[in-house]
Amino acid sequence: MTSALVLDRVSVRFGGFTAVEDASLDIAQGEFFSFLGPSGCGKTTLLRAISGFVQPSEGRVLFEGRDMRGTGPNERPTALIFQNLALFPMMSVAENIAYGLRVRGMGKRERLARAEALLELIALPGQGNKRIDELSGGQKQRVAIARALAVEPKILLLDEPLSALDLKLRQHMRTELRAIQRRVGITFIYITHDQGEALTMSDRIAVMSRGVIQQISDGETLYHQPRTAFVAGFVGENNALPGAVLDRDGDLARVQTELGPLPGRNSRQLAPGSEAVLFLRPEALSLVEPGAGRLAGTVTGRAFEGATTHLTLRCGGGRALLLSLSGAAARQAPEPGQEAWLDYDPEAAILLPREGYGDA
Amino acid sequence: MHSSTGQWVILAVPVLMVLALATLSWRERRALGPDAPPGFIARNGWPVASFLILAVVLWTVFMIVLPLLSMIDLSFRPRLPPAQWGNARDIYTLDHYRFFLFGSNTSTDSWNVTHLKAFGLTILVSILVTALDFCICYPVAFYMAKVARPARLRLMMLMLIAPYWVNELLRAFAFRLLFSNQGLINRVLMSLGLTDQPVDFIAGDVALYSGLAYAYLLMMMFALYNAIETLDRNLIEAARDLGAPWWHIHAFIVIPHAKPGIGSGATLVFMLTAGSLAAPLILAGPRSLWFTPIVYDRFYQAFNWQQGAAYALILLVACIIFVLGVLKLFRLGLGEIAK
Repeated sequence: MTSALVLDRVSVRFGGFTAVEDASLDIAQGEFFSFLGPSGCGKTTLLRAISGFVQPSEGRVLFEGRDMRGTGPNERPTALIFQNLALFPMMSVAENIAYGLRVRGMGKRERLARAEALLELIALPGQGNKRIDELSGGQKQRVAIARALAVEPKILLLDEPLSALDLKLRQHMRTELRAIQRRVGITFIYITHDQGEALTMSDRIAVMSRGVIQQISDGETLYHQPRTAFVAGFVGENNALPGAVLDRDGDLARVQTELGPLPGRNSRQLAPGSEAVLFLRPEALSLVEPGAGRLAGTVTGRAFEGATTHLTLRCGGGRALLLSLSGAAARQAPEPGQEAWLDYDPEAAILLPREGYGDA
Repeated sequence: MHSSTGQWVILAVPVLMVLALATLSWRERRALGPDAPPGFIARNGWPVASFLILAVVLWTVFMIVLPLLSMIDLSFRPRLPPAQWGNARDIYTLDHYRFFLFGSNTSTDSWNVTHLKAFGLTILVSILVTALDFCICYPVAFYMAKVARPARLRLMMLMLIAPYWVNELLRAFAFRLLFSNQGLINRVLMSLGLTDQPVDFIAGDVALYSGLAYAYLLMMMFALYNAIETLDRNLIEAARDLGAPWWHIHAFIVIPHAKPGIGSGATLVFMLTAGSLAAPLILAGPRSLWFTPIVYDRFYQAFNWQQGAAYALILLVACIIFVLGVLKLFRLGLGEIAK
């Protein structure tokens, strides 16, 4: 597969503030790639560096091998969809979609025909004469996509375009976006702080924190094999138990936590004595017979959520643990106030360096 | 019609207008029936409501309606010694308007070239000054609204406003000094060797037109600044991202957005320029033509107030036509530019 975009050790600094530090990645042609991170993590700055509104302080942005230094946003093969969509209120829907073609000097009849074809792609046929403020939120969303696609970009950049929509529409637009991407077959780069969006739509995700790319992989890998404490804490629910590594045993290691020595998968090969955090997914914990298991605590809350039931436990040292049960285990879950004993498969617990823990 | 009837018209028109509006609002409230929201008086209480009504009525009637009506009335009266005011010869006439067109109260043989030319030139130059102000202000206003950082913006605002702390007359005199034969501009031009004799900017009306353009620059500046400031910066970036060159963005994104501001700035600058008196009196050359000094002369040199009123009214009507024309041109409502 050929790469559509390569970031080669890109850093962006504003005065003394480093917004993006040493970001390197390689996005393939036709890939749906997401940047995921909390607000202020540098993902929007990185997007602006890709689209050309910001010049990297260091490093290179390459499109199909071409260095983009000194090339403005109007000359790059990218089209950006803004968070607030930035549709032109002084133009009709069709004029909005055809704007990029008008700039390129295409004749009026031709570009309006193109706009009509795109309106069909986004399922709004014949609505070209409407004013922008006559459209609903979801329709505006689709018009913004059509306007960006009209200039036939090689890469479509989307800056949290769904954040203004209500939940139902947002979920609908996720499938819609993915479908549009498959239909047009170009690379999509998607920015979001919503892990649900990133996980459902993307081929690969780059998780960012404090300007640094923490991990680049597909959603399942992010969830099951996080590389840093930040990723483990940010993607999905997780119980975090900080402590120091006691000893190693092959792939596993034991950590001295508040709740005693606990084993976990030592994927980063941490040496004994180093500061670490043990991450336990709520669904990796299971209830066991009284007196058995590695953990014990008092149930403080029980929430039925349909397919699963969530229990909160208070253990020694006041630390709370979250437990997610389903099926028969959920029906037999203890009531608040009762004691509960827990255990887990050490292979399902992950041990990561302390660095970056608590940033999320 | 005898002009004493005019007095009654002047007094009756405001009263009738107030009565008509009161009837209208009374009928509207009756149509709403018992669901009507609490009225103006019920909402504010008697003391506040009567103060507000009285203040607004007094302001509009005495400051706007009465002076205008009496000026219209005056412009149709013959010029008579005070002793003959209101007697049989004081009948409404079009003499002053005829004088403006033909230079005589009786004949219509030849056109009043001097006044007509001054009038036409005033309107034309005012339009040019308005256009010039737009060209000067647009880049600055755009820079202030969309590019400048807050500290730079404050400094620019201060630098723009500070010269206007000086009285308008003094600013006009300053321009006269600047453009005079021994003035700074001529000395610079001569020391650079661009000219060996001083250029007569005053006679060439350069000083006048520059002075006029400068006098009401801020009206255009702030109208444009306010309009451009409300433009979403993302729209500019979106256009750029779609490949638009800078001029295309200005022509099709920024200017259409700023249309109401351009409209209000243009009407303000045009009206003030066409009606300006200080700059033409001070900066005009011996052969310059400007309409307001002629109006001024009707009042204070010719002591012909009736004719002065007619001339002032002609200028006012021309200005109103211009404003309506601008609105039509920009497809704007009167409410939009008032914002």
